[in-house]
Amino acid sequence: MTTDQARYQYLLRFADTSLVMAQRLAEWCSRGPILEEDLALTNISLDYFGQAEAFYNTAIPFGGKQETADDLAFRRSEREYFNFLIAEADNGDYARTMMKIYLLSVYLEKIYTALSTSSQPELNMLGVKSLKEIMYHKRHSSAWLFRLAHGTAESASRVQQALQDVWSYTDDLFSTDVCDELLSGELNYEITAMKHVWLAEVEEFMKQCGFVLPQTTYQIQGGIKQMHTEALGHVLCEMQYLQRAYPNAKW
Amino acid sequence: MEDILTTPISQTALAHFEARLQNDEKIEPKDWMPEAYRKTVLRQMMQHAHSEVIGMQPEGNWVLRAPSLRAKKILLAKIQDEGGHGLYLYSAAETLGMDRTEMIQLLHEQKAKYSSIFNYPALTWADIGAIGWLVDGAAIVNQVSLQRTSYGPYARAMVRICKEESFHQRQGYEIMATMMKGTPEQQAMAQDAMNRWWWPSLMMFGPHDADSPHTEQSMEWKIKRESNDRLRQKFIDKTIDQAYVIGLTIPDKDLKFNEETKSYSIGPINWDEFWSVVKGNGPCNKQRMTHHIKYHEEGRWVREALEAFAKKQIEMN
Ligand SMILES: [Fe+2]
Ligand SMILES: [Fe+2]
Repeated sequence: MTTDQARYQYLLRFADTSLVMAQRLAEWCSRGPILEEDLALTNISLDYFGQAEAFYNTAIPFGGKQETADDLAFRRSEREYFNFLIAEADNGDYARTMMKIYLLSVYLEKIYTALSTSSQPELNMLGVKSLKEIMYHKRHSSAWLFRLAHGTAESASRVQQALQDVWSYTDDLFSTDVCDELLSGELNYEITAMKHVWLAEVEEFMKQCGFVLPQTTYQIQGGIKQMHTEALGHVLCEMQYLQRAYPNAKW
Repeated sequence: MEDILTTPISQTALAHFEARLQNDEKIEPKDWMPEAYRKTVLRQMMQHAHSEVIGMQPEGNWVLRAPSLRAKKILLAKIQDEGGHGLYLYSAAETLGMDRTEMIQLLHEQKAKYSSIFNYPALTWADIGAIGWLVDGAAIVNQVSLQRTSYGPYARAMVRICKEESFHQRQGYEIMATMMKGTPEQQAMAQDAMNRWWWPSLMMFGPHDADSPHTEQSMEWKIKRESNDRLRQKFIDKTIDQAYVIGLTIPDKDLKFNEETKSYSIGPINWDEFWSVVKGNGPCNKQRMTHHIKYHEEGRWVREALEAFAKKQIEMN
């Protein structure tokens, strides 16, 4: 694998994560608990679609193939996607969706902060560009989790359950492959150290919410190795329907 | 002296209200207004707000299947605008003394309506084009006219909303135009959407003036500024040429262009269908309401938690 190929594949990891996350959050459209939140969730979804597009477009020149962002989004199958599994996990209730957004955005905030100091100009630019939105997602989801944790008995137990369930997708965020190795000079972070920072922040926040971190050792991993859960196929099936059914059509 | 003491306050207030209308001044929330005026405006604004929100459903039905990243972003942003219109209209309607919770309650009890157009299904991607182009197009004609409505908060809401509406119509028309330039299958899909949405869009303006009993009072109060037929004609005249430009056929065998008036005359509107949908028997009436109630109920625990949290905050301070 060349450095450019590694950049290509590394960027698809985040492009695909953003895209699948965006698609999942768009499922909330017309289904929010209050109209304001309906809009906030579609807003976060829109941010993720925008980031996906930016990451695809940056990746494409490194791949050296004749392709567009739409080709990458709509013409690849479930064994060709590099997204982290947390993105494809189903939305569940509102608490679970907020938990997904929170745990992922703490992680992405650390990654993009590191990338925004990278000597590699494209990675640097993407880091800087994505950071502001991700920080807003973190603020929004943590504010909601805090309120729900200190709301009613029901809402607190739903957040607790969400933490328990989504936790099994978090080790996946820290898995690495040959791309990380090849790009170590320009990524400006070391994954084990980053996991510690992530864990410390999440633990502290959960303490404020009145929760301890789950003791479970059950973790599923494989996103960046293109080993997904059964959920991804359904997400792609719905998303890609028109492009697949009318392969010669332009929309 | 005698006179001032014996004249009921509402008499002078009524005179004041009528003078304001006469001078084309806006009625503001703090102003005195006849109870019937308040009720009429409240009903209309509430139904307008509900329409924005229920309208998110047919478009939301395609948001996951939008065929490109660009199309996804545009559609999501459009639906988000509509939700924002709903929010804005709810708070403007609240100035007349009813809160949003109660308005939603009335919707669920089917005591408050929403635009019947959203009781038609969005079957194919071309329907997203047709909705933006025709449904938002018809809504714009109506909302532009309502910018001059007599109730201040409603008029200002319309000014703000109209700024976003032209983008809505353009995105819909662009979808149709792209499909009409596309494969034969895409063209057929676009024409099919046109055939299904054309007449319902014309019905959005309501019954003919002669059959619209409330229009006269609403016009007197300057809530309504132009009659149903007049608004409908404006929409017809601006839309038909847009259809021809991209090669769509208007599904009306009686359609004629009048050289003298430079305007189109259409065949008869199927008012039986209109009233049937208004009365609840359209293809999606039940689905739209079930959806709204279901997710409103599913979100109840979130709203309760929010309330409980706010209460605890107050107690702590
Ligand atoms: Fe609107
Ligand atoms: Fe609109």
